[in-house]
Amino acid sequence: MGNLLANIFGSSPVQPLEKHVDISYRCTRELKPFFQAVIADDWDRVREIREKIASLEHEADDLKKEIRLHLPKSLFMPVPREDLLELLLVQDRMANRTKDVSGLVVGRRMQIPAQIADEFLEFVQRNIDAAKQARKSVRELDELFTTGFKGAEVNLVEDLINELDRIETDTDDREVELRASLFEIEATLHPVSVIFLYRVIELIGQIADMAERVGRRLELLLSH
Amino acid sequence: MDAQFVYIGLAALFGIFMAWGIGANDVANAMATSVGSRALTIKQAILVAAVFEFLGAVLAGGEVTSTIRKGIVDADLLSGTPELLVYGMLASLLAAGTWLLIASRSGWPVSTTHSIVGAIVGFAAVGIGIDAVKWSQVGTIVMSWVASPLTAGFIAFLIFSSVQRLILSREDPLKQAKRYVPVYMFLAAFTITLVTILKGLKHVGLEISVANAYVLAIVIAFGIAVIGAIVIRRIEPDKKMEKSQHFYTVERVFAVLMVITACGMAFAHGSNDVANAIGPVAAVISVAQSGLVGAKSTVPIWVLIIGGGGIVIGLATYGRHVIATVGEKITQLTPSRGFAAELAAGATIVIASGTGIPISTTHTLVGAVLGVGLARGIEAIDLRVVGRILISWVVTIPAGAILAILFFFVFKTILP
Repeated sequence: MGNLLANIFGSSPVQPLEKHVDISYRCTRELKPFFQAVIADDWDRVREIREKIASLEHEADDLKKEIRLHLPKSLFMPVPREDLLELLLVQDRMANRTKDVSGLVVGRRMQIPAQIADEFLEFVQRNIDAAKQARKSVRELDELFTTGFKGAEVNLVEDLINELDRIETDTDDREVELRASLFEIEATLHPVSVIFLYRVIELIGQIADMAERVGRRLELLLSH
Repeated sequence: MDAQFVYIGLAALFGIFMAWGIGANDVANAMATSVGSRALTIKQAILVAAVFEFLGAVLAGGEVTSTIRKGIVDADLLSGTPELLVYGMLASLLAAGTWLLIASRSGWPVSTTHSIVGAIVGFAAVGIGIDAVKWSQVGTIVMSWVASPLTAGFIAFLIFSSVQRLILSREDPLKQAKRYVPVYMFLAAFTITLVTILKGLKHVGLEISVANAYVLAIVIAFGIAVIGAIVIRRIEPDKKMEKSQHFYTVERVFAVLMVITACGMAFAHGSNDVANAIGPVAAVISVAQSGLVGAKSTVPIWVLIIGGGGIVIGLATYGRHVIATVGEKITQLTPSRGFAAELAAGATIVIASGTGIPISTTHTLVGAVLGVGLARGIEAIDLRVVGRILISWVVTIPAGAILAILFFFVFKTILP
């Protein structure tokens, strides 16, 4: 039998949430070498990285379930439980989108046209940057809990979220440009491939969208 | 007068048993906060507990001892049959000790105070008669059981809110911590020394006027704050650890403060809870030696040693495991939180001790922790567990009473 006094403190969701966003980011980060391998036409390597992405996404999923399991309604926390669960959900979606993208590309053995390859990789990189900034923001969660969501630490996190928004806007701009570039050459490509290229670009762009929503959720926590 | 030796011998034996139970359960819970926040190692915690429990019991425990000894049972009703008081006190000790043993094995943080008061009320009401209990006094005690966690919770809320405002939410928390932490040290030391001087010292034969008491308390507290400030000044920021937790060095400053509040907590506990073991022993000895109920006599020093010694043995044999288990789980209680909880609980307990009211240490500490939680200081508190703790406290009173009644009738039959 456990000691009741020790169990007064429910398992804190803070460290697990920080760990989860870390796994989620590390999953999105794999998209860079993934598309480099696609462009280099190295399909063994592509499949290898695809495996890695799938296993990281799986890891994030398991941790998500674990965190939910340890957040019963009887927990008294400085911030609403629902907000933390929502934060967890959007963190998880960054990994989900990454897995979707990689699955689609491997499944259809998609080619990235050489004319837009550089622009495409930069777009991927910016989405990864957004995920990284989301991780940086969520990593302040334990400090936020330490200060009781007050004062200088709140300003610090607000700055981090502003930067995250800036990166997300940048990915939006680049997405528009990338689509325009693709539009210019689409007549030279196979029509079905073009449709799926648009789809892949859209899915990648959603990674930054999810990262931005991580920022929104954090902001909600600050406003309590 | 063989019976006299039997009584005193049994009282000493049961007293050690009860004190052992307090050390195993109660003290361990009180010290676990300091170990959990890594302000003290387990060995240091046991050392601090041993020294300050003892000091607390001797210097400030007199009022509570006299409440337990003669404040609950109406001694006038027993003047014709003093042996009934002896049986009753022996039964209460054995009952409360037994219940503590059961509770410690099951991991319930029961209150030693609840069990001994429940036991004494039980034997008196059933074994002697409803009128034998000083119900107004018992009413005051029970009300204090509601008031003490609320008070500690409120104080903890205020203390931790001030920590947030003055230190944690600032641009330069380390600089602010070095500036304000000595003030908290002063407050902690001041409260405890003042109550000790005002209320406790007369029991060891020292009389100091109120004005002198304040001056003395200020001088002692100031001295402690200065020493603390010097220690804090030497703490250098650890850049590497601050990278993952910005408040790493700030918490180390609070850890120094927590060493002081841990001493205060042990002192407070000694001043209130040691009486639970030695109060009944003192009552038995007084009756056995004089043959009279309610004879005026001071508590012999060896009784205090039994109380203090039993607690240290309980802590060293069983309590250290409790400290390890609890300490490991309450890492959320970082020094900046832990000190607030300890300071609030310690101050509440010492003030109660000064007025002779036996309150529960564990109880008060839980109230203080919840107070820090209300100031948004704790990441997650499981309210279900809080509910179960409340139940274990309520159950303790009838459990102590029923066991005491049982033992009382057994002693009445078999003892001379």
